[in-house]
Amino acid sequence: MSARSHAVAAHLREVLRVPEVPGDRYQIRERVGEGGMGVVYRAFDRLLGREVALKVVRPDVDPEAFTHRLRREAEILARLEHPGIVPVHDAGVLADGRAFYVMKLVRGGRLDEVAAGQGRAATLRLLLRVCDAVASAHAQGIVHRDLKPANVMIGPFGEVLVLDWGIARILREPGEGPAVPGTPPANPAQPDDTAPGAALGTPGFMAPEQGRGDGSQVDTRADIFALGEVLRTLAGPDAPPALRAIVARAKAGDPAARYPTVEAFAADVAAFLDGLPVAAYREPVSERLARLYGRYQTPILLVVAYLVMRLLFLALRGL
Amino acid sequence: MQPDAPPYVTSPVGFPLTGQTLLQRLAAADAGERARGHEVLARLYWRPVYTHLRLKWRLAPPDAEDLTQEFLAGLCADDTLRTFDPARGRFRTFLRGCLDHQVANARRAGQRLKRGGGATHLSLDFAGAERDLAGGAVDGEAVLEARFRAEWVAALFATALEEFRHRAADGRHAVHLALFERYDLGPASGAERPTYAELAREFALPATQVTNFLAWARREFRRALLDTLRAGCASEEEFRAEARELLGTDAP
Repeated sequence: MSARSHAVAAHLREVLRVPEVPGDRYQIRERVGEGGMGVVYRAFDRLLGREVALKVVRPDVDPEAFTHRLRREAEILARLEHPGIVPVHDAGVLADGRAFYVMKLVRGGRLDEVAAGQGRAATLRLLLRVCDAVASAHAQGIVHRDLKPANVMIGPFGEVLVLDWGIARILREPGEGPAVPGTPPANPAQPDDTAPGAALGTPGFMAPEQGRGDGSQVDTRADIFALGEVLRTLAGPDAPPALRAIVARAKAGDPAARYPTVEAFAADVAAFLDGLPVAAYREPVSERLARLYGRYQTPILLVVAYLVMRLLFLALRGL
Repeated sequence: MQPDAPPYVTSPVGFPLTGQTLLQRLAAADAGERARGHEVLARLYWRPVYTHLRLKWRLAPPDAEDLTQEFLAGLCADDTLRTFDPARGRFRTFLRGCLDHQVANARRAGQRLKRGGGATHLSLDFAGAERDLAGGAVDGEAVLEARFRAEWVAALFATALEEFRHRAADGRHAVHLALFERYDLGPASGAERPTYAELAREFALPATQVTNFLAWARREFRRALLDTLRAGCASEEEFRAEARELLGTDAP
C-alpha cells in the first residue's frame, strides 16, 4: 500500500477517534476513562470557563443502539437531582451522529481505592452516603443496576458521587405512584431495555434475577443486592458477625428475603456503626453483653467503680 | 478509478458487507455468499501476504506473486480455515502462520514454489505493491507483524472507502462525497487541508452545511468501515477487538 494510502488511513483513523463537538463551546483535552458504552473526555467549556467531563458513545460500537442508551442515561441523570449524583450540564449530538452529554468533572478516587486507606467505620459512613443517593434514585423510580465500588467516586472534600447510570432501569415515570418492590415496572417493554435473556451488569454485583437477564423481575432490590456486595468488599475478610449478617440478608437469593428498601439496609449499617442491635442478626447473649459494654463502657465503668468504692466503704465501716 | 482507490480494486465491492463475519461467509451453504467471502479475503489480505513473502522470505517478485495467488486460493479450497482457533490469536496472525508454514514446508521439501497451477487468478496490482517495497527486506518478527498489520489496515480503509463510495453514489449525496474526498482524502502529502470556510466558498455552500455534509460523510464512512471490518474478521469477538484498536482510544 502506498505511503499516501497509509497517510489517508491514518488521517481517517484520527478523524474517527476524536469526538468532533459541533460549535466551539467545548474543547476536548484528554480521555479520562471509558466503559462498555462510552468514553469520557476531560473538556473545557469555553462559555463558562470551566473544565467538564464529556461522555460520548464509543466509536467502535453500533452508534444507534448506544446513542439511545447514552441519551437515556443523560435524561436519567438530569432527573435525579441529588448531591450524590453527578449533575448533567448539557447534551447533544456529535458531528458524526454519536450522542454526547456534558457533566460535572469528578475528581477524586474510587470508593475502593479511598477505602483502602481508611478505617472500617469511616468507610461504612461513605457507604451510607452512597445509600442516600441510591435511595433518592429509588424514590424517583430509577434502579441503578450496576452499583460497585468502581462506580462511586469520592471527591477531594469527601463528596460521594454515584456514577455510570448507563444501564439504569426506569421503574416508573415522574408523577406515578411509589414503586412497590415485587411489582413489575410500569413500562416493562422499554425499547432500550435489556433484551430478554441478556444480562447487563457486573458479575459478582448482579442479583441472581438480573444475572438471568429477566428484566421484568429486576427492581430496587437488585440494587440492595449490589450494595450488600459492596459492603462485603469494604468490610474485609475479618468482618464481625453482625456485619456479615447484613451482607447475607442484602444478598439473599430470593429478593423477598432481602431488605425491603435501601433505607432499611442503611439503617442496619448505621445501627452497627452506633453499636446498636442489627435487625439482620440475632446475637447471642455474650455478644450482646460485649456490644452493650462497648457502647456504654464509660457509664458501666463508672457504676462499677462506684459499687466497688461503696463496697469497700461498707467493708471498712464494718471492721 | 477514484483518487486513492486501492490499486487492485477494479470495481466497487458491489454487495452489502453487512451482518456476517468472514468465516460465516466462507462456510455459507450459498455459493454466492462463499464467493463474496473469498473476495473479501483477497481484498483485505493479498497485499499483507505479498509484502510478507517479499520481506520475510525474500522471494523474487514472480514467486511471491504466484504464491500469493496460490495461498489465497488454497485457503478457500481446502480445510485450512477450519483449523482456526480464536482462542489462540487473531485471524490475521493465523493467516501469517499458515503462510510461513506453507513456505517453510515447500523449502524443506526442496520443491520449487508452486507457480499457481490451477488457481483462480485474481486481478491484483503486484507492480504497484512492488513499487511500495522500496525499503527492501526487514528483519524481526515484531517488525514483520507490524508491517503485516499496517498493510491490512490500509487495505481495510481502502476497501471501506470503496464501499462508502458505492453507498454514497445514490444521486443524493454527491456533494457530501465530494467534500469528503476534498477535505479528508484530498490533500497530497504535506499539503494543508482547506478550512471549512474555504470549502464553503469552493462549493458555494453555507459553512454550517459544510460541517453537516462532512459529518454525514464521516458517519457513513464509519459505518462502511465497521461493516468491512466485520466482513474481514473471523468472529464477532475479533471484530470488536479490532474495532477497539482501530477506532477506540486504546493504541494497538
